[in-house]
Amino acid sequence: MSPDFPVRCHVVTGKGGTGKTTVAAALALALASEGRTVLLVECEGRQGIAQLFDTPPLPYEERRVAVTRGGGEVRALAIDVEEALLEYLEMFYNLRRAGRALRKMGAVDFATTIAPGLRDVLITGKVKEAVTRRKDGRRVYDAVVVDAPPTGRITKFLNVTGEMSELTRSGPIKTQSDGVMAVLRSPQTAVHLVTLLEDMPVQETADAIAELTAARLPVGSVIVNMASEPVLPEAALARAVEGAVTGADLAPGLAAAGLPDDPALAEALAAEAVEHAQRWAAQDALRARVETLGRPLAELPLLPGPMDLGCLFELAGRLEDHLGAEVAA
Amino acid sequence: MSAAEEATPRPARAPARPAAERQAPPMDLAALIEDADTRILVCCGSGGVGKTTTSAALALAAAEAGRRVVVLTIDPARRLAQSLGLEELDNEPRKVEIPGIAGELHAMMLDMKRTFDDIVVSHSTPERAEQILANPFYQTLSSSFAGTQEYMAMEKLGQLRAADTWDLIIVDTPPSRSALDFLDAPNRMSRFLDGTMIRLLTAPARAGGRAGFKFASAGLMFFSRIISKVLGGQLLRDISAFVSALDTMFGGFRERATATYELLRRPGTWFVVVATPEPDALREASYFVDRLSSEGMPLAGLVLNRTHPPASTRLSATRAETAAEAAAETGNGDPAVALAAGALRVHAERMTLAAREQRLADRFTSAHPEVAMRAVPAAAGDVHDLDGLRTMAEALTGPDGDTPTGVPRTRVLPARRA
Repeated sequence: MSPDFPVRCHVVTGKGGTGKTTVAAALALALASEGRTVLLVECEGRQGIAQLFDTPPLPYEERRVAVTRGGGEVRALAIDVEEALLEYLEMFYNLRRAGRALRKMGAVDFATTIAPGLRDVLITGKVKEAVTRRKDGRRVYDAVVVDAPPTGRITKFLNVTGEMSELTRSGPIKTQSDGVMAVLRSPQTAVHLVTLLEDMPVQETADAIAELTAARLPVGSVIVNMASEPVLPEAALARAVEGAVTGADLAPGLAAAGLPDDPALAEALAAEAVEHAQRWAAQDALRARVETLGRPLAELPLLPGPMDLGCLFELAGRLEDHLGAEVAA
Repeated sequence: MSAAEEATPRPARAPARPAAERQAPPMDLAALIEDADTRILVCCGSGGVGKTTTSAALALAAAEAGRRVVVLTIDPARRLAQSLGLEELDNEPRKVEIPGIAGELHAMMLDMKRTFDDIVVSHSTPERAEQILANPFYQTLSSSFAGTQEYMAMEKLGQLRAADTWDLIIVDTPPSRSALDFLDAPNRMSRFLDGTMIRLLTAPARAGGRAGFKFASAGLMFFSRIISKVLGGQLLRDISAFVSALDTMFGGFRERATATYELLRRPGTWFVVVATPEPDALREASYFVDRLSSEGMPLAGLVLNRTHPPASTRLSATRAETAAEAAAETGNGDPAVALAAGALRVHAERMTLAAREQRLADRFTSAHPEVAMRAVPAAAGDVHDLDGLRTMAEALTGPDGDTPTGVPRTRVLPARRA
């Protein structure tokens, strides 16, 4: 176990569209630096991780998707709920072959349908197993990063005992969920929330923090994704926010830049500058609101162009700095 | 032929032109919502693309055009809900007071548990309903079962249509990952409730007498033993009680789901697919478009939401970038020149972003050349009041060619000349 980061199970959630899969992948890369081994878990069957790392769709198997400096590596696992149930049946009841037959009958799908919480117990159970797995007395993974369901479902997803207790008051699933809960509520787990500097995602982040806290689940950092920097000079920003930048203000500078005199173009550029400033001001107001949430903050920039492995490493670098600062604090 | 049909030619025919030159047909949403034959409009798309605001803006536009409209929202942002007077969750439409409006706008927010409870109550005797509502399995089913929200949205749509109080019903769909869930969940759910599996599982004796079921029922007995082992016997007892209390309603579930599904195929129903100019959202939109066409469901077109068209397209990103550099070199710290350099960089970024968005839109059009398109620029802030909705409605329904830059609303950037 790495002494540097006390948290070993990182659960990444966020409103749909905030880029939580990207952030989870970047976090896994960041944690895998300096020769560590990290497992990145996908639990909603979207194959988003395979797309990010540009690999074929992941099977229900831990596969290496990236190597990092110092001999570290990220392995990825896409959890298949049916497979996880079969594995569970085999482990506890030695029922693998019977399980296969049941699957053919559609019975496995049926079982996870009648008890929606069962799905979550199986997934979180698999996560717990990876977090605590040992080989030759040593931990197999220094950290496990989970690309978890969105903020709207995250508390239900993690609060497996609460969810299942309505349906099952005893039996092995109950025992299983108690064990999972013990890991998820411990200080080795942190639930990170990814947000954009937009109204709805920030609101959902605030709501999720309240729900997680009420369920006694450990909240980690808030990660602001796709943040943009103002392009206008500091001095002109406030004026532009007020809408007080006009084509006439720009004309001399445009002439100095060697552009022909074109009042219509100058007006258009002024309008774009004003919109840019207003967008940035709206974001900045939300940044202030995110700060009041009282969680450690990390900010990831909006990167131009399509997301690729290079971009992921760039984001990972930023998160590494954040993790370093967290440990030092 | 109504104006709406003109806007979306069917059957789909790809023009015999190279893909690079293919232009998406314009989408005339104004004609569609004003057409008295349009009775249901369903806004679909993956989560987070702005389906709710699109639905609300279209509803507002239709009401302002004189129609009596109800918009069924699923999970509106708090401030938008407030602006539509939706603080009270009574699962019934409420009139939104808008001074001087020609038609009427009603809005409601779906309460899925309440909708489910209502079905139970209206289809059984009081004591049976009480039994069902108190059943722990029912409580899970009606509040956290995957697909319940979609099923209930569909159910509510059926109820609103049956009431026949409104000229036009606009439906926002649940925020699922996949837009297809809205179409699939109700059937999956009714198949499940109706299914042989649940009946055999909870009443194996019933099937025991019939020879054909012998094997299956032996397997199921075994399965039910595993279920009770894994999940505990209580769950099975709850399901069993639920099933027997619900017995008379089973056929009803499937019938209702099928009837509402058929409603989506009837003339007068149109789908609007919403996507942001992002690969994931457009991929989902693409799946959905294919599905609609295979189901014979009419598609009005694609709303490409939150685009970033520049205020002028006369200066390319490269030229703006070069000019910004030249300004920075010659400016010597002159604030006026620094401002112009900043504005040029803003423009360069904007052109680059718009070019990326247009490229993604083009890619969609080469795969679906028959699908009409309307690009809707991103608002500077969140849309959370009637004014914001009005601005969006104007972007959705305004004439295709009527923009300050002259770029048709079908596009983000002008088409390159061949």
